[in-house]
Amino acid sequence: MSLVWLVLTPFLGAALVAAVARLGRSHAAWAAGAVTLLALAWLLPLIPTAFAGSTVLQRVGWLPSAGVDLVFRLDGLGLLFALLILGIGLLVILYARYYLSPRDSMGRFYASLLLFMGAMLGVVLSENLIQLLVFWELTSLASFLLISYWQHRADARNGARMALAVTGAGGLALLAGFLLLGEMVGSYELSALLAAGDVIRAHPFYVPMLALVLLGAFTKSAQFPFHFWLPHAMAAPTPVSAYLHSATMVKAGVFLLARLFPALSGTPEWFWLVTGAGLATLLVGAFTALFKHDLKGLLAYSTISHLGLITALFGIGTPLAAVAGVFHIINHATFKAGLFMAAGIIDHECGTRDMRRINGLWRYMPHTATLAMVAAAAMAGVPLFNGFLSKEMFFAEAVGVSATLAWGWLLPVAVTAAGLFAVAYSLRFIHDVFFNGEPIDLPRTPHEPPRWMKVPVEILVVLCLLVGIFPAQTVEPLLSVAAAGVLQAPTPAHDLAIWHGFSPALWMSLIALVGGVLVYVGRRPLFDLYERRIEPHLDAKAIYEYLLGRLFAFARRLTGWLDTGSLPRLLGLFFLFALILGAAGLASDTVPLTGARALLPVDGISLLATLGLIAAALATVVLHRQRFTALILIGAVGLTVALIFIKFSAPDLALTQLSVEVVTIVLLLLALYFLPQESPAESGTPRRLGDGVLALAAGTGAGLLAWAVLTRPYQTIAGYFLDNSLTGGGGSNVVNVILVDFRGFDTLGEITVLALAGLGIYAMLEHLRLPGPARDPQGRPWDADRHPAIMASFTRLLLPLALLVSLFIFLRGHNLPGGGFIAGLITAVALIMQYLANGVAWTQVRLPGSNMHPLIAAGLAIATVTGLASFAFGHPFLTSTFGHVHWPLVGEFELASAMAFDLGVYLVVVGATLLILIHLGAMHTASHEAPSPTKGDN
Amino acid sequence: MSHLVILPVLLPLFAGILLLAVRHAALPLRRALSVTAMLAQLALALLLFIRVSGGEVLVYALGDWPAPFGIVLVADRLAAWLLLITAALAFWVALDAARGEDARGRHFHVLLQWQVFGLAGAFLTGDLFNLFVFFEILLLASYGLMLHGGGAWRTRAGLHYVVVNLLGSTLFLFAVGTLYGVLGTLNMADLAQKVAATPAENVPLVRAAGLMLFGVFALKAALLPLYLWLPAAYAHTSAPVAALFAIMTKVGAYAILRVYSLIFGPGAGPLADLIEPWLMPLALATLALGMFGVLASRRLKQQVAYLVVASAGTLLAAFALNSVEGIAAGLYYLPHTTFAAAALFLLAEAIARRRGEVADRLETGPKIAHARVLGGLFFVAAVASAGLPPLSGFVGKFLLLRAALEHPAAAWVLGVVLAGGLAGVIALARSGSLLFYRPVHALEAVAAPPALAASLVPIAGLLLLGLGLTVWADPVLRAAQATATQLLQPYEYIHAVLGEH
Repeated sequence: MSLVWLVLTPFLGAALVAAVARLGRSHAAWAAGAVTLLALAWLLPLIPTAFAGSTVLQRVGWLPSAGVDLVFRLDGLGLLFALLILGIGLLVILYARYYLSPRDSMGRFYASLLLFMGAMLGVVLSENLIQLLVFWELTSLASFLLISYWQHRADARNGARMALAVTGAGGLALLAGFLLLGEMVGSYELSALLAAGDVIRAHPFYVPMLALVLLGAFTKSAQFPFHFWLPHAMAAPTPVSAYLHSATMVKAGVFLLARLFPALSGTPEWFWLVTGAGLATLLVGAFTALFKHDLKGLLAYSTISHLGLITALFGIGTPLAAVAGVFHIINHATFKAGLFMAAGIIDHECGTRDMRRINGLWRYMPHTATLAMVAAAAMAGVPLFNGFLSKEMFFAEAVGVSATLAWGWLLPVAVTAAGLFAVAYSLRFIHDVFFNGEPIDLPRTPHEPPRWMKVPVEILVVLCLLVGIFPAQTVEPLLSVAAAGVLQAPTPAHDLAIWHGFSPALWMSLIALVGGVLVYVGRRPLFDLYERRIEPHLDAKAIYEYLLGRLFAFARRLTGWLDTGSLPRLLGLFFLFALILGAAGLASDTVPLTGARALLPVDGISLLATLGLIAAALATVVLHRQRFTALILIGAVGLTVALIFIKFSAPDLALTQLSVEVVTIVLLLLALYFLPQESPAESGTPRRLGDGVLALAAGTGAGLLAWAVLTRPYQTIAGYFLDNSLTGGGGSNVVNVILVDFRGFDTLGEITVLALAGLGIYAMLEHLRLPGPARDPQGRPWDADRHPAIMASFTRLLLPLALLVSLFIFLRGHNLPGGGFIAGLITAVALIMQYLANGVAWTQVRLPGSNMHPLIAAGLAIATVTGLASFAFGHPFLTSTFGHVHWPLVGEFELASAMAFDLGVYLVVVGATLLILIHLGAMHTASHEAPSPTKGDN
Repeated sequence: MSHLVILPVLLPLFAGILLLAVRHAALPLRRALSVTAMLAQLALALLLFIRVSGGEVLVYALGDWPAPFGIVLVADRLAAWLLLITAALAFWVALDAARGEDARGRHFHVLLQWQVFGLAGAFLTGDLFNLFVFFEILLLASYGLMLHGGGAWRTRAGLHYVVVNLLGSTLFLFAVGTLYGVLGTLNMADLAQKVAATPAENVPLVRAAGLMLFGVFALKAALLPLYLWLPAAYAHTSAPVAALFAIMTKVGAYAILRVYSLIFGPGAGPLADLIEPWLMPLALATLALGMFGVLASRRLKQQVAYLVVASAGTLLAAFALNSVEGIAAGLYYLPHTTFAAAALFLLAEAIARRRGEVADRLETGPKIAHARVLGGLFFVAAVASAGLPPLSGFVGKFLLLRAALEHPAAAWVLGVVLAGGLAGVIALARSGSLLFYRPVHALEAVAAPPALAASLVPIAGLLLLGLGLTVWADPVLRAAQATATQLLQPYEYIHAVLGEH
């Protein structure tokens, strides 16, 4: 499991470093270095195996049900990248120790760096594509943290967000591409995928899959036209650029091209897309690099260009081109990391990176200058430096492939032009910075950096030279095994040598070298041209920001247009949606709406009542602005409904409807007190017309639905209730038995709803202070005699009678119309009359325990405990029992456990109703009087 | 008949009653009672989950009345899974509220317990009208919780919430009434059999009722075009309540999954797969509009609320795939998005408390106290919510997309889900950058920032749950696949409820 530990070590190390950083600045660096060495130690024992050409696979398991196991894979390609990541990582850690200033948090830097290192190792050592993607996105996240390291700087924040957005978008495309790949092959594992190239290339989804995967690779490796994020990522501290933007993260894209090379390459689509993007990037990068005044800007565009070169090599698709691509990955990593570090030293010592001001540094830092010049020569592709070798291989491949294409001669011309510009910008880097007169107005006086800051650069530069001069003795074994890993086949014969005779590639190199010098010498007009004609028109960042701005603006407009916080709109949408759904359901051209059931004859009284109901409902709508009138009319509607219940022999429902109606009206009257008697007209005619149409449609729809249901034959489970009510439930009032027994659980829920309503309204009113009107709209003050004596005395007389009625209704409920719910409402009405007639304060004092909370709690508790009691007899919740007891005087009397349940219902109904009414009433009193003594009620 | 099925319903009901009865007791005592009850609820949910994990469907006939005449509770894998998620969430919410939010108004813990009562009942009931009753309990309890603490904005948003949901209840009654009027039963298993055998002359009516029910559930699930009540309501209520409400839209999603797999599922004869043409387009549109809302948000809480909308779209897109893999992906995604959204709501509150006047507005503000810790947590929660690797959000999204490849609308699903993910990344990166990277030092920082440790516990707890979903993704996924398989074979459910018919 050493590969697992290899990848895990940096992640665990990140936490360690963050913890150790509290001890001191150097501790973090030492710890990070130690972690990296430890990771290397995990890798070392596996190197011989990888060199022997075998692939190490280590499986951990994670999500096998979805085809995703964590499997780590080490072959030549993975080994090469792991060495690059760890080796250059180690150098960067050393370098950063001296680069960061005392104000910078060491712990945060090194922890983020190690997170990135772990993620990158994960990318290159993944066997499973989805696992690879996980690490891939982690590199994006870690790079977000690293680029935005200097949080106070706007360019760092924006650069980090841009990099995240672009590479994040690519990552999502890559996910889609990988999903398709997995679908084609039936596995996400490379071992299966790399062997299934023929299946993949022949699959109908090959082209969309390829486009998605390439989108991921191109965004990550900054290929044109997605290259623009990389220069802005230069806002990161230079060690980050040296690591992420030369050797590792941007190489993840080309790594992916290399990794999937056997599976995806070899089609015209691959050739044109990959080579095309690579060449465009190569040219654009090389050309633009020349004109960047910022040292790191030049290096960034140079990196873009070299990434284009590598991409183009993989696009060409021959085995030798792939070898060259791998070789250039190695070379570019070494010289570019060195150059970034050198640029960092210069920036560090001069306080600026502007090449128009940094001149003549040779005199101040000859050692650094020598190192930078060697690395720059490698970048330019000068013989004896490593960049020359791979670049010549690229030229040779370009010439080779051009013979097979129409207009093929363009290819060597283009790559030579790119080489030419590479020479020119490398020359600029050397000449402008180290010679070219004296420094201009530098913030600091430059001098050589600390000894250990140069060591990493020295190591890299020595590598450039060694590889450049003795390629076969140094890099050949590693290159060979890495290329074999790419091709999944033996590496083709290749000859790493400086001299290949007078080949076309040599002539191209010569043209590039001479032409590059000439371009640099004659650069002035070119600069003018670029700065006046090209730069202002070709700003990818501006396009990106414009698009992003448009996206945000569009989102704001759309959301603002939809989410206006308007209740009528919300309700309108709901009605509309319900109508569409209902209409879609009912629409049928074969089935008539009216069912087969025979209609009942219509008698005069029913007709009259119905017409009255319709008239009252219509009048409510028409007169809704006169609130009191509307309230009376809606009361009429409710009472007529009660009459309809009676007509259809449902006395329980009628009783309930009546008492609910009374309580509701009282409640609304109390609430209306706080509102003006007439509500103003708030909506215009179009609005009202629209709402009217919607309302008519909804009403018609509901009517049609009811008509369709009622005209159909009726066959329900009701028969069972009728049959079992007395025998099973112990009551002959089936409605009541349904409420407290058959569907007692519903009732338990509903009384909880009632309790919740009471508590909710209580909580809301508690914080509400509403001013009541002192006068009515005509300017008359309210009657001083608030509690007329006759009414007060009358209601006091009525109270015992009303309570007796409610007790009667309660007790007969199980067998005759009545029950706890109705009895509770009657009690509530009886009590509320006392409040209305005598005032809240007066009643409160005289009604013992008028606090309603315990009543509600007790009611619910009784109902629940009654249900629980059946547990004791081994029956489910709410199982009822009943028996007959003989009471003296009263005689035979039936007792049912459901009656206890009903008592609970009764208490909750009384409690909740009164809680609401009393507090509305108390607020009423408080609004035009000194606060009443109801405070502290709870 | 095991009482275990009903205990998760009775426990919170009883705890609520008890808390109401002892409302004058010392606050710490009531808090302890509430939190303990939530822990016990978690234990019960876990027991039930284990009990049904073998595939058994437990039926509990209330009042000992046989189905379809009495009400039954039915515990299958789906119900137990949702109960477990609810209990885990509610525990952290109760703990968070006990830091002081519960003292800002009356009866917080009573309402909280009854909210859980409503949730448990809704998930367990096997009776359509009883589902309505539990929807009412949920509505009233959530309304009370939403208003908790008071304030003009809260009252306004609460009014919109309650009015539109009461309208939804009315539509629910229309639909249930129609179904009862035509089919003569309310038991869901019985309805499934009766719907499958609907005679041709009644098909349009049953279809209309089924679609109207979909309207009700779409309202609860915050599906386009009915999601507009959500952002304001969630953004203006208190943090623990908003965190709890992360599960509320899932009740709608649950109801859609249950009713349209059981009653109007593949076996429903002339009404098979009733909402198939509706669900996917609406879900994807909801996801898109939710993400536009995330981009457009001017306050952090509003942004999180829109993330909830978008996640509702994602979840229902998964369910709309109507395959074992698709539903399993949704069932994996469901707890992830619930916990992530809850953690983000709590974080938003912790951040807002430290920014003085600016509060959670997405503008430059003062330097935040404890920025390192809060920023780190925000980063983690944002990564999870945006569906970036390696957290549960990514796993959920991956499973969804993987399942979607088989669907005719695969390109749409992939496009919208991935683009939505990108929008989330862009918007959350911007928010994080504004909140943590760009302090204006001229602005006065909050003099005495609230204590950090206590507020971190619930947030960390919720994020750890998400981490658990990531690490143990495989067992969770296997359970989800088993659940989806069970759902798509409703015969087991019907047989368990009605016996041999």
